[in-house]
Amino acid sequence: MKELICIVCPRGCHLTVDDNLNVSGNNCPRGEAYAKAELTHPTRTLTSTVKITSKLEVRCPVKTDKPLPKEKIYEAMDLINHVKISAPVKIGDIILENILGTDVNIVATKNINE
Amino acid sequence: MEQFDLVIIGGGSAGMSAAIESYNLGIKDILILEKNNYLGGILNQCIHNGFGLQEFKEELTGPEFMSRFSKKVNELGIKYELNTNVLGISKDKVVSYSNKDGYKEVKAKAIILTTGCYERNAGAISLGGDRPSGVYTAGQAQLYLNNYGKLVGKKVFILGSGDIGLIMARRMSLEGAKVLGVAELMPYSAGLNRNIVQCLQDFNIPLYLSHTVKEVIGPKGHLEKIVLAQVDERFNFIPGTEQEFECDTLLLSVGLVPNVDLLSKLGIHFAKSRGPVVNQYMETELEGLFASGNVLHVHDLVDYVVSEAREAAQGVYLFLNNKLPNTNEKSLVKPLKGVGYVVPNYIQKIDNDDKLIFKFRVAKPYKNINLVIKEGDKVIKKIFKLAIIPSEMEIVKIDKKLFELNGEDITVEVEEK
Ligand SMILES: Cc1cc2nc3c(=O)[nH]c(=O)nc-3n(C[C@H](O)[C@H](O)[C@H](O)COP(=O)(O)OP(=O)(O)OC[C@H]3O[C@@H](n4cnc5c(N)ncnc54)[C@H](O)[C@@H]3O)c2cc1C
Ligand code: SF4
Repeated sequence: MKELICIVCPRGCHLTVDDNLNVSGNNCPRGEAYAKAELTHPTRTLTSTVKITSKLEVRCPVKTDKPLPKEKIYEAMDLINHVKISAPVKIGDIILENILGTDVNIVATKNINE
Repeated sequence: MEQFDLVIIGGGSAGMSAAIESYNLGIKDILILEKNNYLGGILNQCIHNGFGLQEFKEELTGPEFMSRFSKKVNELGIKYELNTNVLGISKDKVVSYSNKDGYKEVKAKAIILTTGCYERNAGAISLGGDRPSGVYTAGQAQLYLNNYGKLVGKKVFILGSGDIGLIMARRMSLEGAKVLGVAELMPYSAGLNRNIVQCLQDFNIPLYLSHTVKEVIGPKGHLEKIVLAQVDERFNFIPGTEQEFECDTLLLSVGLVPNVDLLSKLGIHFAKSRGPVVNQYMETELEGLFASGNVLHVHDLVDYVVSEAREAAQGVYLFLNNKLPNTNEKSLVKPLKGVGYVVPNYIQKIDNDDKLIFKFRVAKPYKNINLVIKEGDKVIKKIFKLAIIPSEMEIVKIDKKLFELNGEDITVEVEEK
């Protein structure tokens, strides 16, 4: 038996998971999926910024387009901190592709036009 | 003097959402005034995800969320002025502001105030000890890091468990800083549970409940260490519980306060939320002046900010079409036992089918309680809650027909079993 707090949405449901991975306490199906993943292969969405050459900004915010295995987060940060891009950039533009062989891309989360 | 049907002060999420809704309701003569050189307000620096689950049914970052609104504002051709600081609002709804063209005044038929909130700082919480450099509000540190790429320190302590502090604990850890701990004066966290998990537990950052910073030490002008101490139920320091932490940075995440400066000369009243007193359409006591978003009461979720701004836009629509009578026929809405504040503060009797929406926070965490909404002695609605905490705002929609609205007080309270 394990107790978890669901982090998928701000409701933060208190979940209980038994030894056979039966989940209770979730207010929606995403909570069940989260609990199962958390106990088998936990993942997190990572957000950060990259350097940008632009008239308007010095940083462009980015995120992983899918959740990343939790243990790879610091390695991913290292990759992110070594990138420099140039404007223009649009939301969703891929900044780094298939990082660390995870099939996860780093994408821009802001439109910076010039 | 130039005239507008609607002037919106502040181009953050609330301001943009109010503008779009007003436009869709047929109010097209709108001017948005924004101090920064961009629209979107505070969300520009909130690069983490978790926004928009209610509004768009997907999980977005702050900049992604607000860009959907700024795109719409641009598509509709709604007029806005950036780098424009609003200086005053008069009783006859003349808005004065200054920008690169100098000082200007415009006359508004209706105004929506959406100026957001500000963070409480060291002075506001009478932090003990020195005033060295290295002490920042969490939002300042967030702006420096996320928008300018500047990490304000390497060894960090955080006072206050508000969400912005928790988010910054994770963000600074990811950038290589060591976050030594988060102290919270209350016996429970002020932030959302999910942030305790993904921002503190994920990074093994201890949370010290019923603790606060007793002294800030930095005699040479830069922060050297802080003294943490435990407090009792009356918030007095417990002798002998002091611990020292060497650090170069102290972040304060000790609360947000509605930014109501522009209302101070209008003679209107303020509510327990510290925002202006309003009716069910977010209209203040000054006819035609509305407020919504964090300037009205501090929201933890932008999704709720944008829906509240739409309600204010509905109010503007009624007002401009003479359907929002400024009568004295009103029923006061009062927070009673266990409830910190309620928005709105009074209900005006208006003949339409709109539902009444009550937003409130409990004053402390409760388990197994009923939330009870009454009119006079009559119970209108009872809602059972397994667990409820102050950091999560409650929103209750009730059919207006269930109320008499004959002047009796409407109350919201916690009923313990
Ligand atoms: C630091 C911080 C972090 C947050 N993080 C999250 C989060 O992670 N998730 C979440 O859902 N919510 C978060 N919030 C909650 C946030 O309250 C809402 O998400 C929402 O963005 C608030 O919108 P608003 O329009 O009321 O205020 P704001 O976005 O603050 O907009 C107010 C606007 O008014 C302008 N303004 C102020 N005074 C004047 C003046 N005199 N003249 C002209 N313009 C003026 C400001 O420049 C600003 O653009 C956070 C809030 C803060 C303060
Ligand atoms: S279970 Fe569903 S409703 Fe509950 S926190 Fe998780 S995602 Fe949100």
